[in-house]
Amino acid sequence: MKWKACKAALPVTIPIAAGFLFLGISYGFYMYSLGFSFVYPMCMSLFIFAGSMEFVTANLLLGTFDPLQAFILAIMVNARHIFYGISMLEKYKGTGFKKCYLIFGMCDESFSINCTITPLEGIDKGWFMFFVTLFNHIYWVIGATLGGLMGNLIQFNTEGIEFVMIALFVVIMIEQWQEANNHIPAMIGMICSVLGIVVFGTEGFMIPSMIAIVLYFTWNRNIDMRKDGE
Amino acid sequence: MTTTQEIIMILAVVLGTVFTRFFSFIVFPANKKPPAYVRYLGTVLPYAAMSLLVVYCLRAVPFSELHGVPELISIILIILIHSWKKSMLLSIVSGTVCYMALVQLVF
Repeated sequence: MKWKACKAALPVTIPIAAGFLFLGISYGFYMYSLGFSFVYPMCMSLFIFAGSMEFVTANLLLGTFDPLQAFILAIMVNARHIFYGISMLEKYKGTGFKKCYLIFGMCDESFSINCTITPLEGIDKGWFMFFVTLFNHIYWVIGATLGGLMGNLIQFNTEGIEFVMIALFVVIMIEQWQEANNHIPAMIGMICSVLGIVVFGTEGFMIPSMIAIVLYFTWNRNIDMRKDGE
Repeated sequence: MTTTQEIIMILAVVLGTVFTRFFSFIVFPANKKPPAYVRYLGTVLPYAAMSLLVVYCLRAVPFSELHGVPELISIILIILIHSWKKSMLLSIVSGTVCYMALVQLVF
């Protein structure tokens, strides 16, 4: 059962392997350039496992010692996970002891795969989601560690490969769009985020946009996502 | 900062991140059925969250040097190829290769 789920999970994480190895190497390299040993990116990618926050943490480590500020900043930068959590309440239900790890490893990429892709009949959903999360975690740690170890050895033209992440998210959006019979939620997400950027700028729009999205759905609770006849 | 202080800082970030990930699951435990309102949010938020995530990834693009032209071309290509072949991997690879070619060779 585990083996089957593992084999089903591997191919769907391949695009993420490409993105995470590249981003991980860049992150490890970045920490190397700031003068940290590879142990730092290795441990931080393993325990924090939240890409953008790890870049921020690298900067925090160069500043003054203020753990409370680091804690609050981590909550603000990662506030979207609260949002993901509500979406995954049902999906992660009944996954037993794996649930703790599924929640711990709920990064953007694991979330988007686990919330969209349903494994084929006969494959255990819990183990499938577990392996998706685990593979992503492994790619990220390997990338970050390699980046920290190789330092200035990296000399090939990978410019633009980071687009693989955006490509993945766009494909998932298309899949969701085709599968849903109601496109209002996707459009509300789009409108609120673009408006958020216009009003609050590119770095501070996430939280106001999320609040706006929740408020909209609170105000208008009649959107039915079920297909007819189900 | 000493090594101990650095470790405490990293732990603070780990705690903050873990807090955001576990928050919803602790507030709405599995043995209790979450209120209808929250279950409703769970059905619509995944769609809104993906849009938010795409915008988040592209947030700086319109203000960049090329004003998002390579991004726009690559995303249109992904939409066309995905509607045509419906293969996730093919769509992602062609979109990324197109983007890399555009930023490295064309622009």
